[in-house]
Amino acid sequence: RKRIYTTFEVEQVKLLDRFSTNNKSLTGTLYLTATHLLFIDSQQKETWILHHHIGSVEKLALTTSGCPLVIQCKNFRIVHFIVPRERDCHDIYNSLLQLSKQAKYEDLYAFSYNPKQNDSERLRGWQLIDLAEEYKRMGVPNSNWQLSDANREYKICETYPRELYVPRIASKPIIVGSSKFRSKGRFPVLSYYHQNKEAAICRCSQPLSGFSARCLEDEHLLQAISKANPANRYMYVVDTRPKLNAIANRAAGKGYENEDNYSNIRFQFVGIENIHVMRSSLQKLLEVNGTKGLSVNDFYSGLESSGWLRHIKAVMDAAIFLAKAIMVENASVLVHCSDGWDRTSQVCSLGSLLLDSYYRTVKGFMVLIEKDWISFGHKFSERCGHLDGDPKEVSPVFTQFLECVWHLTEQFPQDFEFNEAFLLQIHEHIHSCQFGNFLGNCQKEREELKLKEKTYSLWPFLLDDQKKYLNPLYSSNSQKFAVLEPNTASFNFKFWRNMYHQFDRTLHPRESVCNIIMNMNEQNKQLEKDIKDLESKINKRKNEQIDGVLTKELLHPVHPESPIIKTSLCFKEQTLLPVNDTLRTIEGSNPADNRYSEYAEEFSKSEPAVVSLEYGVARMTC
Amino acid sequence: ALSTLDSITLMYPFFYRPMFEVIEDGWHSFLPEQEFELYSSATSDWRLSYVNKEFAVCPSYPPIVIVPKSIDDEALRKVATFRHGGRFPVLSYYHKKNGMVIMRSGQPLTGTNGRRCKEDEKLINATLRAGKRGYIIDTRSLNVAQQARAKGGGFEQEAHYPQWRRIHKSIERYHILQESLVKLVEACNDQTHNMDRWLSKLESSNWLTHIKEILTTACLVAQCIDREGASILIHGTEGTDSTLQVTSLAQIILEPRSRTIRGFEALIEREWLQAGHPFQQRCAQSAYCNSKQKWESPVFLLFLDCVWQILRQFPCSFEFNENFLIMLFEHAYASQFGTFLGNNESERCKLKLQQKTMSLWSWVNRPSELSKFTNPLFEANNLVIWPSVAPQSLQLWEGIFLRWNRSSKYLDEAYEEMVNIIEYNKELQAKVNLLRRQLAELETKDGMQESP
Repeated sequence: RKRIYTTFEVEQVKLLDRFSTNNKSLTGTLYLTATHLLFIDSQQKETWILHHHIGSVEKLALTTSGCPLVIQCKNFRIVHFIVPRERDCHDIYNSLLQLSKQAKYEDLYAFSYNPKQNDSERLRGWQLIDLAEEYKRMGVPNSNWQLSDANREYKICETYPRELYVPRIASKPIIVGSSKFRSKGRFPVLSYYHQNKEAAICRCSQPLSGFSARCLEDEHLLQAISKANPANRYMYVVDTRPKLNAIANRAAGKGYENEDNYSNIRFQFVGIENIHVMRSSLQKLLEVNGTKGLSVNDFYSGLESSGWLRHIKAVMDAAIFLAKAIMVENASVLVHCSDGWDRTSQVCSLGSLLLDSYYRTVKGFMVLIEKDWISFGHKFSERCGHLDGDPKEVSPVFTQFLECVWHLTEQFPQDFEFNEAFLLQIHEHIHSCQFGNFLGNCQKEREELKLKEKTYSLWPFLLDDQKKYLNPLYSSNSQKFAVLEPNTASFNFKFWRNMYHQFDRTLHPRESVCNIIMNMNEQNKQLEKDIKDLESKINKRKNEQIDGVLTKELLHPVHPESPIIKTSLCFKEQTLLPVNDTLRTIEGSNPADNRYSEYAEEFSKSEPAVVSLEYGVARMTC
Repeated sequence: ALSTLDSITLMYPFFYRPMFEVIEDGWHSFLPEQEFELYSSATSDWRLSYVNKEFAVCPSYPPIVIVPKSIDDEALRKVATFRHGGRFPVLSYYHKKNGMVIMRSGQPLTGTNGRRCKEDEKLINATLRAGKRGYIIDTRSLNVAQQARAKGGGFEQEAHYPQWRRIHKSIERYHILQESLVKLVEACNDQTHNMDRWLSKLESSNWLTHIKEILTTACLVAQCIDREGASILIHGTEGTDSTLQVTSLAQIILEPRSRTIRGFEALIEREWLQAGHPFQQRCAQSAYCNSKQKWESPVFLLFLDCVWQILRQFPCSFEFNENFLIMLFEHAYASQFGTFLGNNESERCKLKLQQKTMSLWSWVNRPSELSKFTNPLFEANNLVIWPSVAPQSLQLWEGIFLRWNRSSKYLDEAYEEMVNIIEYNKELQAKVNLLRRQLAELETKDGMQESP
């Protein structure tokens, strides 16, 4: 057993079942370590909770059995402890409050996390995703688009990356001029280039137009973007906000583009709500779902009044608008919201994913997140509340993006190389602060934190574990530009149980088709290899017999036991999530676990004669 | 209109001439005697009774029923007069693991003055072991059951049934279910609904509430049988609708055999057709039809939907797939086969269906058809399977309700791919085994050459 270094431990703590109406519970010991809260029940089952995952801790009124402590995690785990002594409960409560809300980046887990890699391995990990390489893959630079050095020193825009792609005909003064007319200096730049259509998805923030202000450089830059598309001189400007919000912004000297001032643009609102609406929407959703003994009607009316699926559909519809503009009209699109780092990131990344099958692969999806989210300055640390900061900045914008992708995987089960577990794992790590990728709010800040020297990148770890995240039904032969056209009639949007109830195992299907097919795929690969091995052995034997030569090898067979039996037995049901989740045992609740071992037994049983024969041979010859 | 023929004998099954070779006559595939055989190895407490041979005791029962051995036919006749529609308590399921049983019946005709029937009490007590208590599950709420007394119906009084504990659940009755279906179909067919409207329509249809209610009751029954070791009597009013939903679903949960194709067909034959679910009335029109006839009701569809919900949660524990359930749904409403015609065995006899029409099972149980309905993931699971009935675990059955509203091309292709992977796995395993045998033969040959 590994030693646990704790600051303290409390015995006889009860862990209540969240959905049990008769207060079922497990009794065990609660440990507090430097990084985790750990509960070990009497069956020695461990529940690990990373401090950074803790969203809120609440101490409820004292009961006869002790002091209740409710911990809500950002990965939607909710645990309800009962600590026998109020004094202990108070200590845990205070410690968790402190440990879960760090004031400095340097105190986050990533800065102490040590996966036993040396410096060069760590550096190679960071180099795994190379955005310059990605733009090359898209087909830029080219005759219409070029790399701009305007922001190389973060002089024009602090929240953009150093390397930005802009139309070749847009000169530096135009860029500088435009950036002064855009909120936070986030001027229009390339997000995705569609090589076949020669059309582009560009992104920016809202213009500082107020009621009547205009900016010639900005108008020029937009014209340059439309000119960079030889197929269609019209371009769409998509404001992802509800029209009312955009109008309200005008009073603050911001606003949206006036179609009259820009030549060849078509302006369009798509109506995605802001981060505050999204935050309270998720809150409502979680409140409803946490209810014990929830009725079907309360569930659906809660789902409706939370507005959550309406928001998801709005994001999806906006992304489809982008894909259609490019596919059907060959038109380029410029997307913005207010600051251009929340809704804009959602819509640009999702639009690209609809258009380009590369982003539907494991590696491509990482690239997409690095590009449209990390490098373009989605404020991960603020949105995920990594540090003790303004709670009004927290919002599930990235979670919504993952949910949209999940909905697509449901409609197009063969078009994604990765599975649901991959999405859940990424979600886990945007909050875990275990890796450096999502720390900070923009590239400049990340450089200042020296994340590449002091922390590790998540992606190589996910790639090493790739087997767990592969979709067994993926058909890789789809064309690069096979566009997805999802159906967005409302009935296609379902509640994502495996995200919002990922730790509430009793609500899940008891057998997972995905896991079974995944294991079978793996087994098939192994069987193919076994067949090759066996065939070559047989041929060798045959040749030996023909030659009439008895080799030494026969006298000392190398493999007395069959390799096939060994390999087939080691296939076990893989769990979707980290193994240390508390799993309530229900009869028949996880026959999937038994299933595969049964399967393997059956398999080896089918030819018992062969097994004993081989042993017979071994004995005879030794 | 052709879809609402008055006379059953003018319906399609009477004119249908099968274009396939009948391998096994489905009319004889599931005989009550055979079903009883399965039990008789485990217990001798039960017997077959032919008291209803002429359909005189209970018009909606089959000629042969299973009853406690200690109760003679004379007593059964008396009990029949005390139960709604003559539906005296009969055996529905025998749990081999612990000998507990599910019985079903119509409501007792206690009326307002609390009539009792000694034979009825004796009959159901005969199923209890010494010192054991049983549960009576009334599928109606206490309120509804009390109101039924005014019309001559009622429920078992504690005083007369001291060894039984009565539990009331409230599964809705047929016209309410029909309204629910009409609302749901309407909601699904309008693609222009925005999210709020769709969710509120889905909610107000109450369809999933009914699903949850039925499943919960079935789980309760299964729990009493398997966990508490108590026997069960189930009834509502007539004992031909919600009662059958519950008894059949409880068997899906408890009995691995009913999760096989053959076993599920037997279950439908036993618990729905023989048990007298009035298919002719309940499924008179298409399920999509906005019908106003008061006896119409999607009782059987709700049952199939519940099975689908369990199938989704245990995708490897069923020998059949979703298509099998959809097929049954279709044939219950409109079919070239005679199986679902009539309201009970008595009517089917009069219509001479066995002679004049083809049985659905004759067609389904041919290998070419079966292959379409077989679940490639099936691995026999001998455990009791406990589904989750939380609203988050229940889903709209898209295969039924959205089938005409959106393409399932990608889902079908993915299913095909899954089948391919499984088939390929079998192939590879067969090949590995073959090669291993070959190699072993070569090795023994070598060994023999060497050892002398």
